[in-house]
Amino acid sequence: MINPLPRLPNFEYIRLDTIEATVQFLKEHASQTRAFLGGTDTFVAMRDRRLKPKYLVDLKHLAGFNTLHFDPGEGLTIGAAVCLNQLISAEAVKDNYPVLVEAAKHVGGYQLRNRATLVGNLCNASPCGDTIGPSILYNGIANIIGPGGKRIVPLEEFFLGPGKTILDEGEIVQAISFPLPPKGNKGTYVCIGRTKLADLAIAGVTVMGAPDQNAASGFCFRIALTAVAPTVILVDEAKRCLANQPIHAAVLQEAAQIAMDRCKPISDVRASQAYRREMVHNLTFLALQEVWSALEKQS
Amino acid sequence: MDLQTIHLKINGSEEQLIIPTNMTLLHLIREELALTGTKNGCEAGECGACTVLVNGKAVNSCMVLAVECDGAEVLTVEGLTGNGELERLQKSFIELNAIQCGFCTPGMLISAYALLLRNPNPSESDIREALVGNLCRCTGYDRIIKAVQKAVES
Repeated sequence: MINPLPRLPNFEYIRLDTIEATVQFLKEHASQTRAFLGGTDTFVAMRDRRLKPKYLVDLKHLAGFNTLHFDPGEGLTIGAAVCLNQLISAEAVKDNYPVLVEAAKHVGGYQLRNRATLVGNLCNASPCGDTIGPSILYNGIANIIGPGGKRIVPLEEFFLGPGKTILDEGEIVQAISFPLPPKGNKGTYVCIGRTKLADLAIAGVTVMGAPDQNAASGFCFRIALTAVAPTVILVDEAKRCLANQPIHAAVLQEAAQIAMDRCKPISDVRASQAYRREMVHNLTFLALQEVWSALEKQS
Repeated sequence: MDLQTIHLKINGSEEQLIIPTNMTLLHLIREELALTGTKNGCEAGECGACTVLVNGKAVNSCMVLAVECDGAEVLTVEGLTGNGELERLQKSFIELNAIQCGFCTPGMLISAYALLLRNPNPSESDIREALVGNLCRCTGYDRIIKAVQKAVES
């Protein structure tokens, strides 16, 4: 269908020199302003007239926003304006946070990822955001700056609902930082869409596992479900199930069943509720199998 | 309407333009500069028909504001042809009939061109992955992939 509203509505384009000036502007004009990075969600919403900001504030040039930094002792920091292709091609990210790379590759096509950013994908807070699960399971932390100063918030506490985050008016995310993953950590992100890549996820499952001497099974697993509830679901019951007994195929099946019981999907144009639930079961089982086999191989 | 002056280099030619801030790079290219090789498909960053290079990187021009391109260097499909000679990708697209209706072709060419800039010797899966963001409604993907492979070999 030809888009009946192809033009962006009028707005004032604001590009200020410093973070301080930008935050001050956002504070003074909070209700009329939208901050943007790649614009890949913002422009679509504006074209559809779901969003009509008077001011559009560009953040891409701000100091530190384009920096991707890895410290072997501390971990990874990804500036807000670092595009997904930068993240995907960074050796330090590939080596230490491979599931984040895997998930980022699912966002749009190559040329869209030259604009789209990790911070944008997280702040957009779509229930099906591909990078949400891996970012949470790598224990990502949002570095926020706003009228009240700076604060840091674990991504696990960042999402409140579709399009809603804990960001207050005038606040922006400067960067996401990730601690080093636990030694021997293995993980995967599997999702199902209408096409292999580039489509929005109908259901997404992230699984991570690492050796854990305190667990009866010898391993600690974590599971995050996306696109099957208003916000990401961390399946803690499955985590316990996989920690408290020796792992074999039936235990993985049991954990997949728990994940399916925990999800709360909707029916929409892309898939029915029942299909999504089935897919959560199947994807969780496949992801657990993959991670379990990788963990076994290294031990 | 808010207006701004920008300078940019497009296909090697320097331009100074006064443009509305809500104008996308796509509309600037097609309507202000009359370079209609770049196509307007979905205007939502999904079809890839409007793909151009900005500072050497492929982007959906419908997803970029023209004001963001102040000082940038832009390459459209028209700029691939130097001195009347077709670029090797254009030649291989013609030789293999990798064109049906032709609407997706400029975007395919630019995406493939960008791929060869960053990876001169791509595998078939590299090519497929690089063209994920370019839709062909005639579904002529197979020949498009083969045409890129042929261009690599040449």
